Amino acid sequence: MSSLQFDIAHLLAGSLVLASFLMLYQDRLYALLNVYALHAGVLALSVAWQAYVQDAPHLYVTALIALVFKAIIIPVALHRIIRQLGIHREIENVIGVGLTMMAGIGLVALSMVVMLRVTPGADALAREDLAFALSVVLLGLLIMVTRRNAVSQVVGFMSLENGLVLAATGAKGMPLVVEISVAFSVLIAFIVIGIFLFRIRERFDSVDVQALDRFRGERR
Amino acid sequence: MIAVALWSVAALLALAPAGVVLSTRPRGSIILYGGCLVATSTLCVTALSDLLYFPHLTPSATLPIGLPWLGAHFRLDALSAFFLVVVNLGGAAASLFALGYGQHEESPGRVLPFYPAYLAGMNTVVLANDAFSFLVAWEFMSLTSWALVVSHHREAENVRAGYVYLLMASFGTLTLLLAFGLLASGAGYDFDAIRASHPSAALAGMVMILALLGAGSKAGLVPLHAWLPLAHPAAPSHVSGLMSGVMTKVAVYGFVRIVFDLLPEPVWWWSVVVLLVGGPTATLGVLYALMQRDIKRLLAYSTIENIGIIFTGLGLALAFKAQGLDWVAALAFTAALLHVFNHALFKSLLFFGAGAVLEVTGERDMEKLGGLIHRMPKTAFAMLVGCVAISALPPFNGFVSEWLTFQAILLSPQLPNWGLKLIIPAFGGLLALAAAFAAACFVELYGISFLGRPRSDLAASAHETDRFSLAAMFALAALCLVAGILPGLFIDALAPVSKAMVGNVMPHQTGLEWMTIVPIAESRSSYNGLLVFLFSALSGMAAASAIHRLASDRLRRAPAWDCGYPDPNPAIQYSASSFSQPIRRVFGSVIFAAHESGEMPPPLSPAPARLTVDMRDLIWDALYAPIAKVIGVVTERVNMLQFLTIRRYLTLVFAALIVLLLVVAL
Repeated sequence: MSSLQFDIAHLLAGSLVLASFLMLYQDRLYALLNVYALHAGVLALSVAWQAYVQDAPHLYVTALIALVFKAIIIPVALHRIIRQLGIHREIENVIGVGLTMMAGIGLVALSMVVMLRVTPGADALAREDLAFALSVVLLGLLIMVTRRNAVSQVVGFMSLENGLVLAATGAKGMPLVVEISVAFSVLIAFIVIGIFLFRIRERFDSVDVQALDRFRGERR
Repeated sequence: MIAVALWSVAALLALAPAGVVLSTRPRGSIILYGGCLVATSTLCVTALSDLLYFPHLTPSATLPIGLPWLGAHFRLDALSAFFLVVVNLGGAAASLFALGYGQHEESPGRVLPFYPAYLAGMNTVVLANDAFSFLVAWEFMSLTSWALVVSHHREAENVRAGYVYLLMASFGTLTLLLAFGLLASGAGYDFDAIRASHPSAALAGMVMILALLGAGSKAGLVPLHAWLPLAHPAAPSHVSGLMSGVMTKVAVYGFVRIVFDLLPEPVWWWSVVVLLVGGPTATLGVLYALMQRDIKRLLAYSTIENIGIIFTGLGLALAFKAQGLDWVAALAFTAALLHVFNHALFKSLLFFGAGAVLEVTGERDMEKLGGLIHRMPKTAFAMLVGCVAISALPPFNGFVSEWLTFQAILLSPQLPNWGLKLIIPAFGGLLALAAAFAAACFVELYGISFLGRPRSDLAASAHETDRFSLAAMFALAALCLVAGILPGLFIDALAPVSKAMVGNVMPHQTGLEWMTIVPIAESRSSYNGLLVFLFSALSGMAAASAIHRLASDRLRRAPAWDCGYPDPNPAIQYSASSFSQPIRRVFGSVIFAAHESGEMPPPLSPAPARLTVDMRDLIWDALYAPIAKVIGVVTERVNMLQFLTIRRYLTLVFAALIVLLLVVAL
């Protein structure tokens, strides 16, 4: 592998982490969705580049799935949902942005340390890819934890899944059928969560999960 | 050989779903119990012929079920064959008994499907030859017996019994799991591989303790016995007989298999641990039994006593084997196994008798029974044989095995280790005490329930039970007698087991004149059951005929001796509590914290006087109650985790992940 190929793969995976940080930072829903679309687009590019580098044509299918489903269909559908629910003006934050960003940086450092330590035998590209993928997964979890709006939790979950796909493509020899099933499971999860969003909204006039907690008689 | 056994087990398993269908049919229980009878008899004959004619063959089979890389290993060696005989003899007798008894079951749908599954589970435990199959079968046996315990779940007492049983069974399986986990660390789960491995002494000791805890909790060793007197009586009587007579033996099998077979040579302190548990179990079990009024509960406590005797025998075998006296170890081991067999016979018989009494009178409380010998003479006769046998009186079988155990104890001065030499006679004392109490206990059971006058209308209107139940009881009673007067045959049949487990055998018994048994040498001690039987039978007949000939041969019925009271109420007869009162006064105040309080009405008041006896189970108070309390407090705290918000759950998962990653990173 030439150093240019390596650098480009590195650049794309790094951009994915950067996009995750962007998502962490957004406090408006539309903006969050747009960044998510960008996130998925970068993932598609990265996967496509891996396909080219590894000379594995089936990865192009994965890239296509990522582009069509995650970068186009899901963001558009979420846009519609937000419009229908009428929550596009909502602003939400549980912890301050600064603190969240600090935590995010800490997570990236942690995943670098972990991955570089446990995979000394693997080739350099796979190591870097896995480290970045773990960062994306952790940042996705962080998004889920720091938001209280159900829609943004869904977006956090989707970005987490993007991290998984990145890890899967970085490791050579991942069968296509696994990726397709992962993509499908995410799609199903998305549909189920979408339906639930409407049900929650119907009952509580809000998609703030705090309403659920209040309903159960809990204090925060 | 093993194919026949496995097919029979498969037939039992297949009968379980059939039981669901059959329970709705009017004659369904007959078909099901008949099927169980055929399958268990087949297994019993197979195992017996294996033990008698091919003891040195160890046929094995591997089925492609269970763990994919392991499969399910089965093996039929002499030990398995012996325990298969015990399990299936008990199973066949219980099935025969249930052909009659099971027809009166109110809710057959709760019993019929689980009964064959339970039998299959016990058989699989004995046949298993890898840790995985063993544990799965063990747990299967526990769960199916639990289902049978709670089959009459409308009574709150049975539900509690089931709950305690389930907890203790899980504890037992957990300790066995740990034991096998330690054993498998160097070898894998296959028993053959474990036998070939050489665990360190410390590890082997730990495995021994865990096996004692696991098997002991199932067998009912004190202090792990608390569930047994609750659960065994709660099940339908033929299942009670199986649980007490047979399942506790499967637990003994588990202990013998691990400690005598899978582990390397024993160390002397193992025997001390086993004896320290076994001896007190025998004495405490029978003391508890004496204090009971409920027949089935009394029998359950007496099971604890007999398990104590068996484990004392096993402990002696460990002591002698560890000290190199393997010819005495063979004696102690054979005595323990013989007691396993004998106890399975008479405890099943006694539970069947109690079941027959329960069926016709609806009473388990002895103080509401009485005079049954006139109303159910055949049951009374079979019960008498069972009571004499379990009280270890010659010429029945209980005497032989206990006598052999004492012979081993009497050889303890030959041990080189001074500690063992000094403490083993103490356990002899405990066993002797237990044997005396057991006799008192069964005099109480028989005298209060079967003799005297009926204490309630139900007891007065009792009638003889059905012929299937009687056939089962008489078959077992006959076996008790045969094993008592011809013990040499049984001892010789156990020789291959003893050879495989302790490496030596008792002297060959058959062929000595008059069927005498000689445990060590003729000059030392010998016992002849046949002569004792002939003498007692002949002298009894001679005395009876002399009385009839010389005095009067007319049958004369007269009122029972009434102590000088005019027309006394039957309730003032000697009762179970009054029978055991002297023993309660001597031992009860220490062991049960018992105290009596009398309440005398003032003069001229018509109010009744009262005597209340308050007894506590100190082991329950000291061991179980604090544990239950701690668990209650902890679960109360942990229960808060059930009611967190979604985000908090996510945060918890996230935090756990971060902590784990930090552990990897640092």
